[in-house]
Amino acid sequence: MNTPTKPPTAPLRLYTFAAPSRFYALTGALLPWLWAITLLLTAAGLYMGFFVAPTDATQGDAYRIIFIHVPAAWMTMLLYMVLAFWACIGWAFNARLASMLARAIAPTGAMFAFLALWTGAFWGRPTWGAWWVWDARLTSTLILFFLYLGYIALVNAIDDVRRADQAGALLALVGSINVPIIYFSVKWWNTLHQGATISFKQAPTMAATMLIAMLIMTFAFWAYAFAVVFMRVRAVVLEREAHTAWVDELTKGTRTP
Amino acid sequence: MTELFVAVLVRDLRLASRRRIDALLPLVFFIVALSLFPLGVGPEAQTLRQIAPGIVWVCALLASMLSVNQLFAGDLADGSLEQMLLAPQPAVALAAAKSVVHWLLTGLPLILVTPLVGVLFDLSAPALGALVFGLVLGTPVLSLLGALGAALTLGLRSGGMLLILIVLPLATPALIFGAGAVGTVEAGLSASGHFSLLGALLIATAIGAPWATAAALRISTE
Repeated sequence: MNTPTKPPTAPLRLYTFAAPSRFYALTGALLPWLWAITLLLTAAGLYMGFFVAPTDATQGDAYRIIFIHVPAAWMTMLLYMVLAFWACIGWAFNARLASMLARAIAPTGAMFAFLALWTGAFWGRPTWGAWWVWDARLTSTLILFFLYLGYIALVNAIDDVRRADQAGALLALVGSINVPIIYFSVKWWNTLHQGATISFKQAPTMAATMLIAMLIMTFAFWAYAFAVVFMRVRAVVLEREAHTAWVDELTKGTRTP
Repeated sequence: MTELFVAVLVRDLRLASRRRIDALLPLVFFIVALSLFPLGVGPEAQTLRQIAPGIVWVCALLASMLSVNQLFAGDLADGSLEQMLLAPQPAVALAAAKSVVHWLLTGLPLILVTPLVGVLFDLSAPALGALVFGLVLGTPVLSLLGALGAALTLGLRSGGMLLILIVLPLATPALIFGAGAVGTVEAGLSASGHFSLLGALLIATAIGAPWATAAALRISTE
């Protein structure tokens, strides 16, 4: 009697999803959910920010760009650290997937940096009367944007994948050590930007609805970053693993991820 | 380790002395680029005095970055770089020696010629002193970071531009404190804070950069 038996499944370990094929399957299942969360949270966050949150006493409605600007700026800084972390894991432990992840994060980080600068310009025009001022935070975000561009340019200029990943990891590491130095040096150089709106040391100086809207937008950006980075990693996985049997089966349709 | 350091230092200085015009190019670039600014912004002494520290620093930065591209290129082309990396001596000595050579050939001449530039831009003696001292502390940082950039972009098609894109963001603190020191002296304040920070930056870079450069060389020649 031949009963079809399920193929033995490997026990779930820390490294289970470091295998590109398993990661591909996992992210494939997660993606619809991530996109749904992104859309839902963005809609909720923007609605709260644009319609529910009260008008600011001094800045009028112009401040409402904050709901995109501040989460984007947070993501910019966070993603650079995440990029450096995964790039270094990939370099130190020769983990292919970590290097792919680092590469996939870079364009999203650069996009958020650009978004933060762009929305900052829209905010600066009505509040400061200028699209751009050479203020400390603007300048350090601009330099961070350049660091992203440098990373992307370097890994794309090197044809050999292994060398590109390792060189990128070293650059990201040096960059991440430099980010605080750049931040403080620029801060001493010039400061015009309003102080941080939210800090852990004191009670936030903003209305609760504003804070909630901003946090919802932050989570929306998180979900977006996960979704888009996973999509990009999946593309990179297919590209780099094109010689393997599982990708071959996948493209022929004999395997469902 | 010291042996390799000294050997590379002496060898590269000797090589440079055989190609004197090549070695002088960064210096010439520095002076020519600086002379363009009065033509561009106008000859008003007040304006020039104000922008002088900044443009001296930016030109020094560009002169360093444009010349550092060639730091490992010759050795890569004739295969001696690979031999040096295969040697039992640590690659960090090689990286440090190359950075020092670059500073001796680029940074030091720029510093020596800066008093002359100060005359061109009508800088006062204290401001000029602050500018020169800032460059003494800051140009080694540029050479160290430049060597790292050169090692990362070794043998790439678009190496020169790429190196500039990679290193310039990292070099901004040196630029800020170096040019800022002159500003504070001109405002009648003490620039010791700026110099302390530049010195700290130099120490940190001198400790960290050669290791990173050595790692980058290994990655690039693998």
